Amino acid sequence: MCTTCGCDDAAGPRFTAFGHGAGRGHGHDHDHAEPAPLTVVLEERVLARNDLLAAENRRLLAERDVVAVNLMSSPGSGKTTLLERTVRELATHRSVAVVEGDQETLLDAERIRATGCSVVQINTGEGCHLDAAMLRRGLDELDVAAGSLVFVENVGNLVCPALFDLGESCRVVVMSVTEGADKPAKYPHMFRTADLVLVNKLDLLPYVDFDPDLCTERIHRINPTAQVLLVSATTGEGLAPWYTWLREVEIDD
Amino acid sequence: MHELAITQGIVEMIVERTESARVTAVYLRIGKVSGVVPDAVRFCFDLVADGTPVEGARLEIDEPPGRARCRTCGCTFDVEGIVVLCACGSADVEVLGGDELLVRAVEVV
Repeated sequence: MCTTCGCDDAAGPRFTAFGHGAGRGHGHDHDHAEPAPLTVVLEERVLARNDLLAAENRRLLAERDVVAVNLMSSPGSGKTTLLERTVRELATHRSVAVVEGDQETLLDAERIRATGCSVVQINTGEGCHLDAAMLRRGLDELDVAAGSLVFVENVGNLVCPALFDLGESCRVVVMSVTEGADKPAKYPHMFRTADLVLVNKLDLLPYVDFDPDLCTERIHRINPTAQVLLVSATTGEGLAPWYTWLREVEIDD
Repeated sequence: MHELAITQGIVEMIVERTESARVTAVYLRIGKVSGVVPDAVRFCFDLVADGTPVEGARLEIDEPPGRARCRTCGCTFDVEGIVVLCACGSADVEVLGGDELLVRAVEVV
């Protein structure tokens, strides 16, 4: 049956998957006018839905006096090692929970669970970032206690997570000396929105060609207000200012 | 490849806003400093639209250039590339335009 006018022609093959579009002729032996397309003005921001959900997350977190830290980095920069150490340090005097994001596996969640901390793993499958809806489900699963500190370990990726507001209290980018000092210049979107940049694997500095001053300068060329801390999650060097920074994060209202 | 998720969001929003009318054209605005690559959206669009009322729609994307104002020297300038940096060397700038990511309009029949 013709999906434009409803006429029927029993003879010949039928292809019903597509309607007749404007400008697409068809071979019936009769005439009928194609409907003129109607322009509908939408003017809607593409990320509006995510931003709305992020605002809802922010409100819920503030209600429960919960600080959420969105940790973003490339794969292998040491986020999970940093979290293992940070959770062990802070969990003695504060309720801490972790939302883990990875494309596949429960490996990171198992490492965090071994510290005794509550954790939920989100596997994004084909997805390359966490979004506000995923964080909401993660938070619901965790049933976070009032006054908690929640770390959200985003999918390892210096590109995509930058665009998605999760409703977090602050954004921390982790990079490592083995990645090179050029990363802030190469991935400016990620570094532009960071409140803090942790330059990790300081223990490997003697073995690599990495200039910490140049790296800090490049970060500040993109984001003049970002704080930069040099740390080693493996040895613990430089982590005291990170713990202080975490204690001072304010909750958005 | 966040463009896949972005494009899925675009198609879902259009289907909802047009109440599943058949869509023959989609007009997007993706600014040069929005962090989204128009070619990647074009690549994903047919794939995502397949099987929805947006299937087969023509996709038109306008790409306004980045504009920014330097808070250090006060000048207003065009942004070349994705690094927003004033010629005076300052990165303390306010983006005035080119960061848009909008579904402007659709044509339905």
